[in-house]
Amino acid sequence: MMAAFILAFSLLTLLMFFVSYCRSLTASSLHMSISEDVRDVTGIQVRAAGRDYTRVMQILQLCPDRPEDRSGLQIVGAYFSFLNLLDQGFARISPAVRTWAEEERASCAHFAAVALGRRIALNREMLAQQVEL
Amino acid sequence: MGAGVCFVAFSVIRASFLKYFFLNLYVVLSLFADLLRQSILRFYGVESPQYSYAYYYTDCLLTIALFVAVISLASRVFAELRLAKYVRFVAVLLLLGTAGFSYAVVAQSSERLGTTFAVELSQNLYFVGLVLTYLLWGAVLKLQETRTRLVQMILSLGLYFSAYAGSYALLNLAPKYEVVQYLAPILGCFLPVSWALTIMRHTEDSRLTPARLVAVPR
Repeated sequence: MMAAFILAFSLLTLLMFFVSYCRSLTASSLHMSISEDVRDVTGIQVRAAGRDYTRVMQILQLCPDRPEDRSGLQIVGAYFSFLNLLDQGFARISPAVRTWAEEERASCAHFAAVALGRRIALNREMLAQQVEL
Repeated sequence: MGAGVCFVAFSVIRASFLKYFFLNLYVVLSLFADLLRQSILRFYGVESPQYSYAYYYTDCLLTIALFVAVISLASRVFAELRLAKYVRFVAVLLLLGTAGFSYAVVAQSSERLGTTFAVELSQNLYFVGLVLTYLLWGAVLKLQETRTRLVQMILSLGLYFSAYAGSYALLNLAPKYEVVQYLAPILGCFLPVSWALTIMRHTEDSRLTPARLVAVPR
């Protein structure tokens, strides 16, 4: 009985801490705007939407890797998959869940777009260094 | 191990070693524990009682160190309310209470009191740590805490304690689902990796909007 209670409590808190941790990651990029380069490449107009995430990630994989971004992108990727599952599972029951999940997916897309901006800037720097040499 | 070294190195470079002393202490202790376990494993083998003792006692020591790390973060959150000393007092009481409870549980039923006590204490401390981190998270939201580093470190601890407490509870409920042996290496890496990322990415002045932190906005 006690073990079942601990298991249930742990699973609930795990979910809560996971969502909050991912939100704290995406929130840290919300005050950064998406660069012009990223807008040109991805076609994002004003704000990133959830549907932009996959395209941004595909372009990200074409750019040189920045190790400091890797784990953040992996965690946000896992969060995005979780949101998709949530959307497929609960959206029919509660439309509020769909709205919330869509807002969160948009934050994930924004986080990825900001990371893409950093990678494009790094790419430009590397190119400039090569030209100088 | 690399992530642990990375976290301590970045803490020193960014002049945050003393600010997050107990987190660094935990990481340093876990590095030493890894080295000790490895050397005992090579010398005596995985089936030996020496390895069992070394494994469970270092695990117990690390759990206590992590518990102290949570308290150090709680002291920082409550510092402005001048409640830090009460937090520490309650923490010591909780630690002693958990140790007493664990001893009472194993004293009646076990022949190998030494290792069983260490295992019981670790498991109980994971749950007590989870409850404390949960309360601390509630306080962070209530007090509108905005320091990014502090917030992300508390959330990482919450994830770590939840996963461990849950897998130990599952082990007690259904011993054939021994998730903890697969989860332990992943979680062992997760904590230093997430702390290292936090120290690398954010300065002490970085701030978050508290409303963004609630899992489900009200």
